[in-house]
Amino acid sequence: MAASDTNPDVSALAQAPGLEEWHLDLDAEGICGDEAVAQLHGLLLRAARFEVFRRRGSLPQLGAAELDDLAQEAADDAVVSVLRRLGDFRGESSFRTWAYKFALLEASVKVRRRAWRDREVMLEPEHWESLAHSGLGPDDAAENAALLEAVRDGIQTALTPRQRQVLVAAVLEGVPIDVLAERLDSNRNALYKMLHDARRRLRAYVAEAGFPEVNE
Amino acid sequence: MTGRDLDPTLKRLLGSNEPEIGCDECFEQLDRYVEFELAGAPADELVPGLRAHLVGCPACAEEHESLRALLELDSVS
Repeated sequence: MAASDTNPDVSALAQAPGLEEWHLDLDAEGICGDEAVAQLHGLLLRAARFEVFRRRGSLPQLGAAELDDLAQEAADDAVVSVLRRLGDFRGESSFRTWAYKFALLEASVKVRRRAWRDREVMLEPEHWESLAHSGLGPDDAAENAALLEAVRDGIQTALTPRQRQVLVAAVLEGVPIDVLAERLDSNRNALYKMLHDARRRLRAYVAEAGFPEVNE
Repeated sequence: MTGRDLDPTLKRLLGSNEPEIGCDECFEQLDRYVEFELAGAPADELVPGLRAHLVGCPACAEEHESLRALLELDSVS
C-alpha cells in the first residue's frame, strides 16, 4: 500500500482556522467556555494531524486510523496543556501560533516514542566504540585520526557514566531525546542539559589534547 | 566552531560553544521566534541563543520546522 493511502485525511489542513477572539472565552464558565474549548480542540487537532502526517515515514507500520488516533491523543493532551498554561500567554505572538506549539510538541513526542516503542535502546558504555564506524572515509579518517582518538579518549575518561550514556545514545545511536527521557525516567530539558555539559567537557578535553580549534 | 571540515558525527558529538538556551526556554520562545522569522525580522538577535539550540537539539529543531511550515500553510490558505 502506498504511504499516502495509510495516512490520515489531511485535506482539512488546507482550511486555516478562523479568527482568534474566541480564545478570550477559554476560561469562561458555561456554554461560552465550552464552545471556546471546542474551537481550541479543533485548532490543535489540525496542528497535531499536520505533525503526524509530516512524520508518518517513521511509522510505516501504522494505518490511517492509528495515525489519526495518535493525532487525536496529541490534540487532547495539548488542550489540557494550553488550558493549564493560559495565564502564561502574554500576547508576544498570536494566540494561534502560541497554541500550535503545544500540539506540535505533543504530536512529535508521541510519534518519536511510538517509532521506538519496540526498539532496544543501547545504553551500555561500550557502544561509544561505534564511533570508529561512523562513516569517515579513508581520506577523512587519515586527516581526522588524531582528533578521533582524542574524542574517543575524552568520551572514555572525561565524562561521567551518565553523560557518556546520554551522549552515546543521542548522537551515536540516534535515539531521540524524548525516547531517552522516557527510558531514563527524566525529561527533555534535563537530558539536553546533560548532553550540553557532556559536549562542553568533551570539547575541553579535546582542546587540551591538541585541538584548541574545537573551542573557538 | 572551526574552519576545519569535521565529520558530521564528530560535530554532533562536540557541539558548539556558542551560548544557547535549553529545551524549556526554546519552547517558551519558539512562537515569537518563528513569527519574527516569517516577518523577516532579525529573529536571532531578538531571541539570542535559540538558533544555537536548534543546531544542537534535533527534537526542538523538528518542532521549529513544523511550526514554521504550519504557519506558512496557514498564510496561503
